[in-house]
Amino acid sequence: MPTIVVEVMPKAELLDPQGKAVSGALHRLGKGHFTNVRVGKRFELTVEGPVTEAVLAEVRDIAEDMLANLVIEDVVSVHEASTETVAAGETH
Amino acid sequence: MAARIGVITFPGSLDDRDAQRAVRLAGAEPVALWHGEHDLKGVDAIVLPGGFSYGDYLRCGAIAARSPIMSEVIDAANSGMPVLGICNGFQILVESHLLPGGLIRNDHGDFVCRDQRLRVENNSTDWTNAFTAGQEITIPLKNGEGGFIADSETIARLEGDGLVVFRYLDVNPNGSINDIAGITNDRGNVVGLMPHPEHAIEPGFGPDTPDAMRSGIDGLPFFTSAIAALALSVG
Repeated sequence: MPTIVVEVMPKAELLDPQGKAVSGALHRLGKGHFTNVRVGKRFELTVEGPVTEAVLAEVRDIAEDMLANLVIEDVVSVHEASTETVAAGETH
Repeated sequence: MAARIGVITFPGSLDDRDAQRAVRLAGAEPVALWHGEHDLKGVDAIVLPGGFSYGDYLRCGAIAARSPIMSEVIDAANSGMPVLGICNGFQILVESHLLPGGLIRNDHGDFVCRDQRLRVENNSTDWTNAFTAGQEITIPLKNGEGGFIADSETIARLEGDGLVVFRYLDVNPNGSINDIAGITNDRGNVVGLMPHPEHAIEPGFGPDTPDAMRSGIDGLPFFTSAIAALALSVG
């Protein structure tokens, strides 16, 4: 069954304490040339039937209504996962 | 007849029993409500308690805000019923869009647990009418994601319309904009705050005061306020 990927990030203007903590750890590991890390979320929605524009629109609604809180986060991407990505996910 | 104040239990609520006890000690009848039912059991007011509903999955309060009973809570709040959200309850209120803004991880990244001094900025809400304006109170605070944020337009409106109900004093424990600890809606019936009034309602179990250890009961007026507001609306 096809999978639709939703990616959500904390709003750029907000402090991202999680990203800051990861960034600090990288710095301690001598990887300070990665100057900034921000942590977001990836959702994978498996759907029955083909991924039509209507289905994608429905997922966009779900993403903006529930998967993200638009006060603090942005939905940065809603797209159908490529077959390779899904296959890689399923071999775990 | 005593006012009936409902306390909703969600999966992962922790302070529902404390809130029920606070309601009782304030002189009202606590009514246990269950997240999975579409039934407010005829209560006069509602408390959304603290805890970690749904393990804070997705976002704090996000899944609880979409539980069955919340459709009744949203309707009741919009028709003027007093609703108080404490900590996770505040997070549920913002996720339900009953209050504006959002709550994010504390700016310093740590969970914080302390007796917190607050200033009552608005004493005309259903949950603060027993305080005097500007009164300074101390109640416990315990959260990991209590940083109140909103866009600058919303902050300006909250400040301009007097909708900031509580402000942190001494320290800002979580990075909240303008030291905002609690807010209300335009009508003043819905109040949300991160600190925990239900943990400061009984001598011997509250924060320390200059008078005696653990004697602080600054949380009690929240609940007597609601009772007074209900008496007023019936009378």
